[in-house]
Amino acid sequence: MSKPTPIANDLEEPVFTEPWQAQAFALALALQQEGLIAPGEWTEALAAAIKRAQAKGDPDLGDSYYEHWLCALEELVRLKEISDSEEMAQRVEAWRRSYLATPHGSPVELIADDS
Amino acid sequence: MSHDHDHEHTEPPGELELRVKALESLLVEKGLVNPQTLNTIIETYEHRVGPRNGAQVVARAWSDDEFRTALLEDGAATVATLGFTGRQGEHLTVVENTPAVHNLVVCTLCSCYPWTLLGLPPVWYKSAPYRARAVSEPRSVLAEFGTRLADDTEIRVWDSTSEMRYLVLPMRPEGTAGWSLEDLQQLVTRNSMIGVEQIATPDQRAAERAP
Repeated sequence: MSKPTPIANDLEEPVFTEPWQAQAFALALALQQEGLIAPGEWTEALAAAIKRAQAKGDPDLGDSYYEHWLCALEELVRLKEISDSEEMAQRVEAWRRSYLATPHGSPVELIADDS
Repeated sequence: MSHDHDHEHTEPPGELELRVKALESLLVEKGLVNPQTLNTIIETYEHRVGPRNGAQVVARAWSDDEFRTALLEDGAATVATLGFTGRQGEHLTVVENTPAVHNLVVCTLCSCYPWTLLGLPPVWYKSAPYRARAVSEPRSVLAEFGTRLADDTEIRVWDSTSEMRYLVLPMRPEGTAGWSLEDLQQLVTRNSMIGVEQIATPDQRAAERAP
C-alpha cells in the first residue's frame, strides 16, 4: 500500500488567503440566501467540481478549494441559465481591458463592452 | 518597461480574480445579488463567526447538565438559545466524546461543516487526504494530530452533508472543577470540536509551555 498523504495541520490560517476567494464565497451564499440555489444543489455542484479537478490531476490538498468553489458557481449559473460561458468570457475580457485602460492608482471601474 | 514608472494602466489581476469579478458584475447587473449583501457575508465570516462560538457551547455543556442533555437531543434548537442559528436551518447533531467513544467529523464529498459554530473549515479539512483517510484509517489520522486513544476506544466517524452538520462535544479535561465558563472556553480548541484532538488538561498545557 502506498504511503498515505499526511494531513497538514495549520492551526492559524486566514479565513481567505486572497480577496477573490471571499468574493466567490459570498456570491454562492448570496445566491442561496436569495433562494436561487438550494443548499443540496450547491454541495452537489461543489462535490462534482472537486471530482472533475481531481480527474484532471489536482492533488486536491485543500489549497485549490476556492477554485473548485468558483467552478461550481459558474457551472450552476450556466445550468440555471442565469448566464452562459460566452457572456462570462466576454465579461472577463471587459474587466481585463478596464484594468489596462485605468491609470495606476485609480479605482478600476468596468468599462462597458463596445459591442 | 518598468512597472515602477508605468502609470498609464493598472496591471490586471489573475485569471481567477477576473472570473469572480465577471460573475459578480453580471449577477449584480441582473439584480440577483446585492453588493451590500456580499460585504455583510464577508464581514461575518472574516470576523464574527469562528470557533469561539463553538467553545461557548462546549463550556456551557460542561457546566450545565440540563443544557448538555438538551444539546445532545436537539443540537440546532439548543445552540439557537445562545443566539447561534444556521443559515438555512440545517440540522446539527452534537456527538459526545466519552472514555469509550471518540467522535470524528468529516465531509467526504466536499466541505460541509458547522460554520455557525466553528467558522469556515481549515484547509486540511477540505483536502482529499483528510476526506478519504478520516473514514478509511481514522486512528492513524488522529495520531497525525497527536491524538492517541486507548486500543479499546471506539471511533465513530460522522460524514457531514448539506442537511446535517456535526459538532463534537469533547471530554472536559481533569483539573478544571469549579472553573468559570470564560476559563473553560479558553481550553476548547477548534480541532477538538472536529474531533481530531482531545483537550489537554491544565497540567499538560503547562508542561507543553515549559522550555
